[in-house]
Amino acid sequence: MLYAGGVDVGSTQTKAIILSEDRRIVSRALINTGAFVSQAAERAFQQAVADAGIAPEQVAYVVGTGYGRYKVTFGDAQITEISCHARGAKFLFPNTKTVIDMGGQDAKGISVGEDGDVKDFVMNDKCAAGTGRFLSNAAETLGVSLDEIGPISLQAKKAVRLSTVCAVFVESDIMSYLAEGKTMQDILGGVHSAIAARVISLIRRVGIEPEVTFTGGVSRNIGMVRALEEKLQLPVNVCDDSHYIGAIGAALFALERAQAAAAGGLAKEAGTKEAGTSVATAQ
Amino acid sequence: MANEQLVPLTPSEGSSPKKPPAEAKSEKKSDYQGKMHHMQKEMMGRYFDRLTACAEGKGGKAVYMMISGNPVELIEALDMIPVYPEVNALQLAAKKTSLSHILKAEEMGYSIDNCAYVKADVGMYFAGRKTAFATIPEPDLLLCNYVGCNVYLQWFEHLQEYSKAPIYNLDIPFCRTPDGKPTKEDIHYVVKQLEEVIAKMESISGNKLDFKRLQHILELSSETGRLWSEIKMLTKNRPSPFDAYFDSVTMMAPLYCLRGTEEGLLFFQEAYKEMKGKADRGEGPLPQERFRFVIEGPPPWPFLRQFRDMFSRWGAVAVASTYSTVGGLWEFGFRHDPQRPLESIAEHMLYWNLSNRNFLQRYEQIKNYTEQWGADALVIHSIKSCRLFSAGQGDMREYFSKQLDVPTLLIESDLEDPRYFSEAQLRNRVDAFFESLEHKKMMVKH
Repeated sequence: MLYAGGVDVGSTQTKAIILSEDRRIVSRALINTGAFVSQAAERAFQQAVADAGIAPEQVAYVVGTGYGRYKVTFGDAQITEISCHARGAKFLFPNTKTVIDMGGQDAKGISVGEDGDVKDFVMNDKCAAGTGRFLSNAAETLGVSLDEIGPISLQAKKAVRLSTVCAVFVESDIMSYLAEGKTMQDILGGVHSAIAARVISLIRRVGIEPEVTFTGGVSRNIGMVRALEEKLQLPVNVCDDSHYIGAIGAALFALERAQAAAAGGLAKEAGTKEAGTSVATAQ
Repeated sequence: MANEQLVPLTPSEGSSPKKPPAEAKSEKKSDYQGKMHHMQKEMMGRYFDRLTACAEGKGGKAVYMMISGNPVELIEALDMIPVYPEVNALQLAAKKTSLSHILKAEEMGYSIDNCAYVKADVGMYFAGRKTAFATIPEPDLLLCNYVGCNVYLQWFEHLQEYSKAPIYNLDIPFCRTPDGKPTKEDIHYVVKQLEEVIAKMESISGNKLDFKRLQHILELSSETGRLWSEIKMLTKNRPSPFDAYFDSVTMMAPLYCLRGTEEGLLFFQEAYKEMKGKADRGEGPLPQERFRFVIEGPPPWPFLRQFRDMFSRWGAVAVASTYSTVGGLWEFGFRHDPQRPLESIAEHMLYWNLSNRNFLQRYEQIKNYTEQWGADALVIHSIKSCRLFSAGQGDMREYFSKQLDVPTLLIESDLEDPRYFSEAQLRNRVDAFFESLEHKKMMVKH
């Protein structure tokens, strides 16, 4: 049996996936990235391998993705999480045309092609507005856990309107609403709504075409799923594996490469050089 | 299989699948170091020595000017020395010394959002006016020839306040007619101002303008412009003999500082010969040209090499750049005319440079490049501290990607301020962009 691995080293969490050759997810691992990125990548991978009940040598090919992809030093190739999220989303939800990915420190929109390729993409700039960081700051200010804020936000009766989407200034905004006597439910309703609006305005630049698949760590937050659906007036695809979609995409790339290599001895380098030459000489 | 192509490969990175590309060092230098480079170094060295000599009171009168559509021929004709604050600023950045000057200017009260060229130059002005190449002389005249940017006007007004040198603000009307061309009245208006400037420069320099000499200088400029234009046509070759963004920089300094001199002409004759030779031999700046792109916007000077590497490792070569047309649009036909000296200088300032053109003309120029230079994509490098020139680039991206179906990447950092450069974020975008281009290429092939 042939296996392939995908390791998505994100700014906050590192995810690893092992796929079997019949494209079945054999195991998953999720750990906090922390300060030692290479070790985090390795640990996540080893954990996934152990959970799969296989030996590391049985994993024929590993692709690293995410901001720390170059720290996946045991990997065979690195591919950006943009390509991996598109591929992973298409795998889990075959009708995906648009991906909204919200991670710890970035938000992106991807327009996905017929075969899971990236048609266009857009990302937030060096600013945490519209990212998981904003939500965790809000949770911290309110003294609730990150897992709780989504469900609480759904109980809002009259969501407040935040004056900022800045992850730093959200704190003073929340404090002033608390001082006014607003409920936590209404404040969190406002927080989710503000972030959804911000992310949608970013993603409109690539165009929003159904079906929309929501990926990344924030996709586990039911409040954000509902806020996006309400603003988009569209259902949004999410599943238990949404958080792993980058790693799944990476593992799919890895599997295809491993299978190609096994089938025809088509080594990665040889294949690319060949293609490169033909491109360069095409007049 | 399509996915086989998704990893950027340069020869240095292809050898070991376990070696992460970002950490692999390229063994082969990706830029040229031919005779042209030595000439450039020597000639620009002499120019910088003149600046230093002037700063030390050993002669010469310094005229500060803007690059955009610069009338350097007039300065040359009156034996004065052109000084470009933009060049000072970019040299500070390229030598990684800009930040301390920027911080100095911010201490003085310049906003964090203010043009970083201005801040670096102002900081340097108060820190002894030294770059890695020269001591910059105090201005004898501040000739603000660029009205496409109101921040630049204020830059010169501030320098006037600090230096107490005389200032002349040339008022160059913006191209506002439907066809974007200047009217007869526009040209007349600028010529009249040039006459005033000439009188002012005569009194400052003590030299009288010799029209015959000016005509000769314009002949040299015209021939220089023709050669520069021919050089730019060479990047239509496959592979392109040089990178029209990163390698053009070498040629832009002599184009602005030495245009209208025998020496400047000599440089462009050599540059053409060298590049033509490369084109004839089928040589390019990279071992393999896999993508051809057009690029809009100035480079991030503090991180030029890292930025270049982001493209080189994908085998991507710039075949045209709008940045190299800020000083003039020779490749679209402009030549100085010795028979109409002041009129042709006025036309250069009004029409034949990138910055005084409207957005639709900028679109047209880029469209022309993508079509005639056979580019696969457009890359827009937006400048954080330059809102004036960067505004509208979001629409530009829309226009090219949606209406013309030209894959377009919009990235942002800064031309001068190193704090705006986030290498991981930029690399991520560039990698993702070329991953998708690679995929598109494979789909076309199959």
